[in-house]
Amino acid sequence: MIIGSNMAEAHPVGFQWVMEAKGHGARVIHVDPRFTRTSAVADTYVPIRAGSDIAFLGGVIHHVLDNDLDFREYVAAYTNASFLVGEDFADTEDLDGLFSGYDPATGTYSRDSWYYAGTRPPGEPDGSRAKAFSEPLQAGASGAGIDGAADAERDPTLQHPRCVYQILKRHFARYTPEMVERVCGVPQEQFLDLCRAWTANSNRERTTALVYSVGWTQHSVGAQYIRTGAILQLLLGNVGRPGGGVFALRGHASIQGSTDIPTLFNLLPGYLAMPDVEHTDLDAWIADQRSAGHKGYGYDVDAYLVSLLKEYFGDAATPENGFGFDWLPRIDGDHGTYRTVMDMIDGKVSGYFVLGQNPAVGSAHGKLQRLGLANLDWLVVRDLNEIETATFWKDSPEIETGEIVPERCRTEVFLMPAASHVEKEGTFTQTQRMLQWRTKAVEPTGDRRSELWFTHHLGRLVRERLADSTEPRDVPVQRLAWDYATEGEGPWAEPSADDVLRRINGYDLSTGELLPGYLGLKADGSTSCGCWIYSGVYADGVNQAARRTPHTEQGPYDAEWGWTWPMNRRVLYNRASADPEGRPWSERKKLVWWDADAGEWTGHDVPDFPARIPPGHVAPQGSTGPEALCGDDPFIMQPDGKAWLFAPHGLLDGPLPTHYEPHESPVRNPLYGQQGNPTRKVYGRPDNPSNPSPPESGGQMFPYVLTAARLTEHHTAGGMSRQLPYLAELQPALFVEVSPELARERGLAHLGDAHVVTSRTAVQARVVVTDRLAPLRIEGRVIHQVWLPYHFGHTGLVSGDVVNDLFGVVEDSNVFIQESKVTTCDVRPGPRPRGQELLALMEQVRAAAGITVETGTRISTSHGVPHTEESP
Amino acid sequence: MSRNRLSGPLDDVAGDAGHVTHPPRVGFFTDTSVCIGCKACEVACKEWNSVPEDGLDLLGMSFDNTGMLGANSWRHVAFVEQSRPTGRQDPGFDGLPTGPSGIPDTADAVEPRLREAPRGGSELGTSPLPPGGPEPQELGMPGFDRPGDLAGADTRTDFRWLMASDVCKHCTHAGCLDVCPTGALFRTEFGTVVVQQDICNGCGYCVSGCPYGVIDRREHDGRANKCTLCYDRIGDGLEPACAKACPTDSIQFGELDELRERADRRLAQLHDLGVGEARLYGRDPDDGVGGDGAFFLLLDEPEVYGLPPDPQVPTRYAPSMWRRAGAAAAAFALAGIAAFVGGRR
Repeated sequence: MIIGSNMAEAHPVGFQWVMEAKGHGARVIHVDPRFTRTSAVADTYVPIRAGSDIAFLGGVIHHVLDNDLDFREYVAAYTNASFLVGEDFADTEDLDGLFSGYDPATGTYSRDSWYYAGTRPPGEPDGSRAKAFSEPLQAGASGAGIDGAADAERDPTLQHPRCVYQILKRHFARYTPEMVERVCGVPQEQFLDLCRAWTANSNRERTTALVYSVGWTQHSVGAQYIRTGAILQLLLGNVGRPGGGVFALRGHASIQGSTDIPTLFNLLPGYLAMPDVEHTDLDAWIADQRSAGHKGYGYDVDAYLVSLLKEYFGDAATPENGFGFDWLPRIDGDHGTYRTVMDMIDGKVSGYFVLGQNPAVGSAHGKLQRLGLANLDWLVVRDLNEIETATFWKDSPEIETGEIVPERCRTEVFLMPAASHVEKEGTFTQTQRMLQWRTKAVEPTGDRRSELWFTHHLGRLVRERLADSTEPRDVPVQRLAWDYATEGEGPWAEPSADDVLRRINGYDLSTGELLPGYLGLKADGSTSCGCWIYSGVYADGVNQAARRTPHTEQGPYDAEWGWTWPMNRRVLYNRASADPEGRPWSERKKLVWWDADAGEWTGHDVPDFPARIPPGHVAPQGSTGPEALCGDDPFIMQPDGKAWLFAPHGLLDGPLPTHYEPHESPVRNPLYGQQGNPTRKVYGRPDNPSNPSPPESGGQMFPYVLTAARLTEHHTAGGMSRQLPYLAELQPALFVEVSPELARERGLAHLGDAHVVTSRTAVQARVVVTDRLAPLRIEGRVIHQVWLPYHFGHTGLVSGDVVNDLFGVVEDSNVFIQESKVTTCDVRPGPRPRGQELLALMEQVRAAAGITVETGTRISTSHGVPHTEESP
Repeated sequence: MSRNRLSGPLDDVAGDAGHVTHPPRVGFFTDTSVCIGCKACEVACKEWNSVPEDGLDLLGMSFDNTGMLGANSWRHVAFVEQSRPTGRQDPGFDGLPTGPSGIPDTADAVEPRLREAPRGGSELGTSPLPPGGPEPQELGMPGFDRPGDLAGADTRTDFRWLMASDVCKHCTHAGCLDVCPTGALFRTEFGTVVVQQDICNGCGYCVSGCPYGVIDRREHDGRANKCTLCYDRIGDGLEPACAKACPTDSIQFGELDELRERADRRLAQLHDLGVGEARLYGRDPDDGVGGDGAFFLLLDEPEVYGLPPDPQVPTRYAPSMWRRAGAAAAAFALAGIAAFVGGRR
C-alpha cells in the first residue's frame, strides 16, 4: 500500500524491493493525486484529492471496525484499545470538529480531558507553551505525560462506551464510503476494493506494508496523517511483524541520520528534548521527561543525557556541576526554520549557516527565504555548486522586480566548496535506520572539504578565539571536549570519522572500552555516548556499520549488512510478532519468540524486548523503567507499553486524527463545521498572504488544487542535478502537468507557456497535457488538480521559476512541518508578466480575492479569532 | 552449418566471425514490464562511456526528453501513454468526471515539431514552429494508440503508461558490420558488435545498414557511435553499466541462451497473470536479423515503442541479388554464345 509517496520516482533504488515483492505475487496499490511512474507498475491506482488522506484512511478504519475485521487478539493485547478515557473527554463528533479543551485565544488545547480514566494529567492550563516548542517533536509519545499509566482503567471486552475501541468506532462512524467519495473523489466501488484487499491480506498468516513519504508529512495535519496510517496498521496487526509496518521513506541519502543526530532547534541526539528556559537544572529536565509508573526505556533518559554530556564536555562534566547541563543552550520559543527566516526579515538574525541545502529554491515560500537572506550581515553556504542560496543577491527573481538591489544588499556571502559523498568517509543512515559506512573513493579536489573538516576546524578556531574570554556565555564553548583524532599532519588535518563514530557509540570511561550498546549507559558519569540509539554501532571494537556480508552468506534478515539502530534490530517492536504467550502468530510470519527452555526471547531478528522478561510476566507494583514492562507490553518506548490507537498525550491537535481541509482548499469541510486544523501554526504577516478558503470568500480566484513533488531525474532543489548535463538533459525545463479537461477549460496548449498563480506569486512553466491527471468530483463539483516539479531555479544548465514561491508558510503544530504538498491556484495561458508588472498582477489578484493579513488566520472556524503577528 | 551466412539462425556468431576459442555469446534481455522509467541506464551509460550531452530540450513526448537512440544516446527510455489497460491492472479512472483523452492533442502538438526538426535525436520536437508555417496535417508519429482505439470516446477510463529502455540490438546478422568498408565495426569474442572510432572513416554506410536506426554519426567529427555493450567492462567480468544501474532488473545482462530461457519463463508468467499482450521482440533466431543479442519483452506492438515490426538485415538479400545478377550475366553470356553459335549456322 503506497500512499503519499511516489516511491518509484523518488526512491527508485528502494523500489526494486517492491518490484521483487510484486514478482513474488504481492499486490501493489498506489493512492496518489497523479498517475505516476509508481502507478504505472502498480496493480491498482487510486486517484485522490491532495490533502484528503485522513478522510480516506479514516474510511478504511471505518470499514475495518464496522465489519469487525480488526486483528482482535493483537488489538486487545498490544494496543490501548481496552483503556478507558476520562469522562470529560468530548470528541469531534460532539463538538463539530473540535476536541474538548480548545482555547480559541491561543489556538491550542488543554489536554487534561484526553487522559485515561484513573491516570493523572500534568495539569497544563493550555498547550501554548508546548506549541511554541513543538513539544510533540521533542517528546512524542515516549516521553512523560501519563502519571500512573499502570492504574488506567481497562475493559478487555472492548465494550465499555468510554474504552478507546468504542471511541474510535464512534469517531470514524461517519467516514463511510459515501463520505470518502464526497471528500476524496474516490468512487465507492474502487474504495471498497482497496479496503477488501488491505483487510484480506492482514491476519495471522499475512501482513501488509504501508509506505508513505513527504506526500503525507508536508501538511498542516501532517503528523495526524501518519497517525491514521499507524492506527490502521495496528488494528490490522501489521506492526512489529515481518512484512508489515509503516514505512516512512526519507528523501536524501542520510536524512534519517540528520534527525537521529539532529540539526533541529528543539532536539538533542537520539530524540532527547532540548532543554528550555524552565529547566533550571539537570534534575528538572529529567523530571520533566518522566512520569509516575513510567514504563520502558524512555524512563532511562538520565543515563542517555548524562552520557551525552560526558561526550560533549569530557572531564569538565562532573556530578557537581550537573555534568555541564547548564552549558547546554535553552530554547524559549519557536526557533524553527521558518520562524528564523521571518526573524531575518525582521532584522533579528545577523548570521546564517546553510550546509547542503538550498532554501532559496527548496523551502516553501522561496521569496520569503530570499528576502530573509538579503537582510543578514553574513551568510555561509557550503555546497558542491554555486547554488541560488549563494547567488540570490545578484540573480534572484527579486532583482527583476526591484525588491532586492545588488548594490544595496548588505549580506556578505561566504561560499565554501564542499566535498561530495565519494570524497569523504563516514556513515549514511538510510530510511530503514541502517547505518552504512562509506570509504573515501577519491581525494577532494581544490578547496573542497568534508563537513567534518569544516565543522571541526571552525570549532577549533572559535575555541582558540575565545580561549581567554571571561564572558560567562563563552564557557560552554571553552569546556567542550573538542579533541577528535585527526588523520594526517598539521593544523588543518582531516578529522577522523572513525573516531567520531566510536565516540557516538560511547565508552565505558572506567575501563576505556567501547560500549556494547545503550543498555550499558549509566547516569553517574561513568559512560560517554554521542547518541544513545546509535550505541552498539562500534560494539566489540568493530565498525558494525562497515559490515558487508553478502545476503547469500547469511539469514533472511541480513543482520550482518551494516548496522540498524537500535541494537541492529531490523523490525521495531518485534515482540508483537509473537502472541501474548510468546508463540509466533503463524509459522509463515514467525520472527521472534519466547524460548522457554533457554528462558529468553530469540528468533530471526534481534528481539526488541528485555531478553529475559517472559511472556506472562506481571511487573511489580510501583516499578518504573524496563522493570515495569509486563510480558505483553511490546511497545517498549511507550510509557504504558502499548501502541496508541488513542493518544492521550504527545499530540497538540487531537488524540485522534480528524479530517481537516488543508489551510488552502477549494471546498468546505464536508465532515465538520471546523474547516482546517484548529491548532495549525499560521504566520499572519503582509509578506506571507494566504489564499482564502471556505467559509472565507474570494477562494474562487484559486479554483484548482496544486501539488508539487519530485522527478527522478532531478535532486530536490536541483543543486546536484541542474548543474550536471546528463541529468539536466533528461528533464530540461519546468513544466506544469494538467489534465486534458483542464487544458480545454483554460485554453492551455501542450508545450505552450502557462503561469500558475497563488496569492504569493506567479510561476511560468511549459504546459504538459497528460491523461495521467484526471478531474475529481468533490461535493458535487468537478475539481482539477495540477502538478509541478519543484527542482528549478535560476542557476545551472537548465533553469526555471521557483515552484516553492507559490507556497506560503503554514505549519503543523506538532512538528512544525510546512504545508507544501497542497495549496490552491489558478492556471492561466501564456507567460507571466515580468518585473514590476508581476508585482502589479499580484496586487490585483490579492485585491480581487479580498486578501488581507487576517485571511486564513481564523484557525477556529466557529470562533473566528484571527491569529496575526500583531494579534497572536 | 555453413560459414559466413548472411541471414537466418546462427548458433555461433563469434566462431562464425573467426574467433576460434571464445566465451559464450552475451546480451541483454530488457523486460519492459518492470521498467520504472528512472533513466538510470541512460545516465550510467553516458558516465561510463563518456557519451556527450544530447540537447537540453523539452520534447513533450511524455517524460521522454531523449527522443531516440543516436550517436550521443546509446540508451533511450521510451514513455508511452495509452488509453488501454495492461492485463488486470486497474488504472483507476473509471467513474471520474473525465472527458475525451488528451493523447491526440498532444500528438498533434508534437508531430509538426518532429517534422521541423533538422535531424533526429534530441532535436526532435524542440524547434519552434516557423511563423506562418504549415499547420499540422496528418498524425504520423507519435500517436501512441492504435488507430480506432480512441474513436468517439466521450470519456476516458482506461490508461496505461509504458516505459521501455531501448539499446543497440547486437544483431546476429548485423547490417552495420556487414557494410562497414574499413573494419571499424567488428564482431567481438562475446558475439557483440562494436565500432572502433579510431578506424571509422565516417562514410556512414552503417547508418543506412542498420534496420533499427541505432547507429549514428556524431556531428562534430562524423564518426559512427553506438552501444558497445560495455566491451571494456564485460572483458573484465563486469556487467554493462546500464544493467548494473538498473534498480528493478528490467535490464538483464547474461549469456544469451540463458537469457532466452529466462525470457520465455517470464513471458509464460505474464500470460498466466492475464497480460496476454506481452510478447518477446528480437528473441527469435528465425527473424530477419537472425535474432538479437539484445532482445525485449514488450507489452504492445513494436511500432508503439518506435521499433520496426519486422526488421531485416539489408545484406540478407546480397546472396540472392548476386545469384540473380550472376544468373542474368550467365543468361547474357549464353545468349551471346547462342547468338554467336547460331550466327555461324
